[in-house]
Amino acid sequence: MDFTTQLLIAAISAGTPLLLATLGGILTERAGIIQLGAEGLMLMGAVTTCIVYIRSGNLILALLAAVAITAVLGMVHAFLTVTLRANQTMSGLAMTLFGSGLSAYVGKSISGIPLPGSLPKLDLEILKPVPVLGELFGRLDMLTWFSLLLVLVLHLLIHHTSWGLHLRAVGDNPATADVMGIRVQLIRYCYVTAGAALIGLAGADMVLAYAPTWNEGLTAGRGWIAVGLVIFARWNPLRALFCAYFFGALDSLGFRIQLLGSAVPSYFLKMIPYVVTILVLMYLGYRNRNKPSGTPESLGTPYIREQRF
Amino acid sequence: MQDPSVEMRGIVKTFGAVTASDQVDFSANAGEIHALLGENGAGKSTVMSMLSGVYRADAGEILIHGKPARIRSPKDAALLGVGMVFQNFRLVQSLTAAENIVLGEKSSFWRGSRWIKRKHEEIEALGERFGLKFPVDRPIWQLSVGEQQRVEIVKTLYRGADIIILDEPTSVLTPGEAEQLFETLQVMKQAGKTVIMTTHKMKEVMASSDRISVMRKGKMIASLMTGETDELELARLMVGREVTISRQERAATAGEPLLIVRDLEVAADHGRKALDALSLTVHEGEIVGVAGVAGNGQKELAEVLTGLRAWRTGEIRFDGSPVKTASVRGAIDSGISHVPENRMKSGLAGRLGSVDNLLFKSYRSGEHSRFGFLKAARNRSWSQELVRRFNVKTPELDTPVQQLSGGNQQKLLFAREVSHRPKLMVAVHPTQGLDVGAAAGVHELLMELRSSGSGVLLISEDLDELLQLSDRILVIYGGSIIGESDHEQADREQIGLMMAGIRSREGSAV
Amino acid sequence: MSPKPGNESATLTPMAGRSGRWYSIRLEYDSSRTRSPWWTPILSVVLALLLCAVFIAANGMSPLVVYEKMFRGAFGTSYGFTETMVKAIPLLLCGLGIAVAYRISVWNIGAEGQLTVGAMAATAVTIYFPDLSSFWSITLMLVFGTAAGALWGLMTAVPRTHFGVNELITSLMLNYVALLALDYVVFGPWKDPKGFNFPGSPMFTAAQSLPVLGSTRLHIGLVFGLVAVLIYYLMIRFTRWGYELRLIGANPTAARYAGIHIKKHIIIVMLISGGLAGIAGMAEVSGVTHKLMQGISPGYGYTAIIVAWLAKLNPLGLIVTSILFGGLIVGGYSVQTIGLPSSISEMLQGAILFFLIAGDMIHRFRIRRSA
Repeated sequence: MDFTTQLLIAAISAGTPLLLATLGGILTERAGIIQLGAEGLMLMGAVTTCIVYIRSGNLILALLAAVAITAVLGMVHAFLTVTLRANQTMSGLAMTLFGSGLSAYVGKSISGIPLPGSLPKLDLEILKPVPVLGELFGRLDMLTWFSLLLVLVLHLLIHHTSWGLHLRAVGDNPATADVMGIRVQLIRYCYVTAGAALIGLAGADMVLAYAPTWNEGLTAGRGWIAVGLVIFARWNPLRALFCAYFFGALDSLGFRIQLLGSAVPSYFLKMIPYVVTILVLMYLGYRNRNKPSGTPESLGTPYIREQRF
Repeated sequence: MQDPSVEMRGIVKTFGAVTASDQVDFSANAGEIHALLGENGAGKSTVMSMLSGVYRADAGEILIHGKPARIRSPKDAALLGVGMVFQNFRLVQSLTAAENIVLGEKSSFWRGSRWIKRKHEEIEALGERFGLKFPVDRPIWQLSVGEQQRVEIVKTLYRGADIIILDEPTSVLTPGEAEQLFETLQVMKQAGKTVIMTTHKMKEVMASSDRISVMRKGKMIASLMTGETDELELARLMVGREVTISRQERAATAGEPLLIVRDLEVAADHGRKALDALSLTVHEGEIVGVAGVAGNGQKELAEVLTGLRAWRTGEIRFDGSPVKTASVRGAIDSGISHVPENRMKSGLAGRLGSVDNLLFKSYRSGEHSRFGFLKAARNRSWSQELVRRFNVKTPELDTPVQQLSGGNQQKLLFAREVSHRPKLMVAVHPTQGLDVGAAAGVHELLMELRSSGSGVLLISEDLDELLQLSDRILVIYGGSIIGESDHEQADREQIGLMMAGIRSREGSAV
Repeated sequence: MSPKPGNESATLTPMAGRSGRWYSIRLEYDSSRTRSPWWTPILSVVLALLLCAVFIAANGMSPLVVYEKMFRGAFGTSYGFTETMVKAIPLLLCGLGIAVAYRISVWNIGAEGQLTVGAMAATAVTIYFPDLSSFWSITLMLVFGTAAGALWGLMTAVPRTHFGVNELITSLMLNYVALLALDYVVFGPWKDPKGFNFPGSPMFTAAQSLPVLGSTRLHIGLVFGLVAVLIYYLMIRFTRWGYELRLIGANPTAARYAGIHIKKHIIIVMLISGGLAGIAGMAEVSGVTHKLMQGISPGYGYTAIIVAWLAKLNPLGLIVTSILFGGLIVGGYSVQTIGLPSSISEMLQGAILFFLIAGDMIHRFRIRRSA
């Protein structure tokens, strides 16, 4: 296999958790709620998957558990920010702290134990003879296919369905949506919960496809990178696909360069994704300084109906 | 006589200590244009908001088509066929006009291109029928204010409303656009709809309505047929006493030129040209009014003069010397004070008390601080004195100013802006949202400034206010001053035409 | 979700009669009540302890035993208490820096990285100028540590002010960069040749170490912290600068209309915030570990966020909360002896923050009987 194909595969493998987490972030933020708890949610998803998978040996059960637990945490975030109108930044930070603490605490007993299996791959016989693609697609696992499907589904959902219209209205102008009979709070709850579950699934994918075992803090800031990716992707699922794979490639590039025997210490190569995140955000900020950025307009502000009745 | 389509009986609504609606009875018929007339704060919008489900009444009952109705939310109102066009539009800026119109629709989950095309045609046909034209497939933020209002009206029609409430619909329109709106209302009336319009402009009421209800201070005063009344009677009912519509006589006090602006060009936030070759002069002891429809550069003009916004080309001279760069501090130091458009958004810090709010502009001076330290005790007594002098009613000096009434907030703001004896005051919509008494107080303060030799640039959308106060009225359109008339010869109609971009009576468009 | 906001009130008695009147009990939201009662921080700590007790019990431990162990470990012995105070120093310095930034809503979460580069810069002094006198090495270490932290803060501030980049992301990304840089120097160029291949710089000499109080491990960094708190209090309360921060914090638009340069203030505040964290890093290497190594901070920078928030950015409160959280960290270590991971304290911290922000809001709701 040549270097490019390898890099492509590595990019997809490292990019899938980022993609899932970014999609989760997009759903949450489209509804007007900031999600800064991605790091903690990913860790909780990862640790839940590991524990349930090791204990039960059932992969599907493990994934369901990860989704369920993070969905519950998502509801906590929704309760704080939608119902109580608490500071969304602080609630997200609390989620990250709590998630990293709790995951380290409950994961202590299974730390370092390899998982009993990995994600099944989808064999596409028809694609086999195609030169690069055959090799590429033959190696993609179920969650990767799921994430690709999800990109399409979310794109269609947001732009071509009544639900999507309601979502966009709620994120941009909840007061108007409310007057039009759309249940703002309910929609926010739904998307914050669904978004958190997707971020949890991203954590599950991290341990199943990327890192072989549970380790404390194994996401190493990927949740935060996903928060940045939501902005790069300008809240658009199709763009999220490219952004996530681009960062996946950066992430694995360091590793590849090292394998090639580069003289640059690996620490600096590992810095690349973090530094590039900042630089890209700065570039986007500079380029879009005179344009609307595509940010959902009510992002970060709780909705309070005029309560003078 | 037919049964009224809307009947409200004994409606009471209080906000805290204020009774916004006091035992109000109101009725309107199908096939009539009913105007609800009253001054700002008379309670018109409150009553209509209860009809459309935004507020809930404390007491009273509402009958729609003769049946008692329970309206607890906008949704209930919509189901009963009541639709309201609010003064600040309820539109989602990033969605297209058509998407906004179908927003409340729950049916058809999938919205492919065929569905969208069908809806576009449906909406265009509806608009055509009532003479409301706008591009259906463009996002709202690209539409003009007039177009946005049309989208709002079509939205209520699309949702099947047969009782349509318009809250101060002409306040955002040019006189020409307003004419067009009245034609639309006629078509609606012919179609058997009940049209209710709140307004404080008597001329419009006389020209367009069939029946008029007048409110004053939360009470319903009278309900009359338009043909049987006249402007003078309406004015008396509205204000509660005889009013002279003529302007105050005044002594000319204008002196040396204070502010000279030449060929100013300014960019707005997204790079669009907001001011284009704008020139104006303000003299000492003169109130210069700037009239215009919102969004023609008023905001940017005020920002440039107060140092908040940089300009591209052109020249500003203030008090005899050229202004080189935009600097808020420079503007404050040279004696320009600013009463901004939205006092709670940009004029006051609601969470802080009176002392902190009064110090805004003067805390840097030696009088209030030394070596970087504030003179706490001195500033307190100074604030106490100002609060007393300007008669600001506040429980304590440290009470957060967001808890004061609108009128007292504005008094506090004026106290601050006047306290450092400005040479020029730039006042933007200074009486917005104030009741009659508070507005009169503000007018008095502006006149005092004038007689003490300061210049005032008064930017307002309220033509009556401008006519009453200004020595000269400039009309701003498309970022330039396209016309001027002085106090003696000011003519509503001509100013109205210029506000629409028509320079003279001959009707040559700009 | 039990308490619903006012508009979705739970009607207890349905409509009474035809008149359109109805009676119900509902929760009403009052946004003007911005000041929460003094006991919300205490209550949130108690509730967080209760919540985490569930997790501890699920792990087959008695929560009471664990909490008792933690408390004893942190405050029960003079050694434990000293350790708590030692941990409170970086929390106080970082928390103070965070409080300054949060006053004007600059969400710096990069204290961890700022502390790390501060420690690195201080160590650089010991490596490149090994033979200075005690006074000069401590002074230089302090200056370099502060400057490095401030620089790291600046790297968060400038993207925000000049490129509109959210400081949360920048400051967090820079934490990872700083930690990787730390790994690089302790595994690479600064590794102690006599250190049996352990990652870490050579031990500091006595001249490069901060003086300690008596024979304890409590070092003079405590004085830095207390002095910084005093200065913070005076500045916020009595100076023009403090007034400007108050104004920006209360209404940034109005502050701009008053001629205050918000960008300038963001940069100043981030320099101070980073600088204080840098001092914390310097004090940590020079006063506690006496060498640069991996994991010099067990997450002080993150814990300090809660310290600041719990203290409601109040100077005196900062002293109390940083001691409390110092105790939490020490307590977390002490339960390791009974086989529990120290991450229990991190979990507690997160839970406290959750309850705290909920508590800040919940008192704004009032039960109303509406007619």
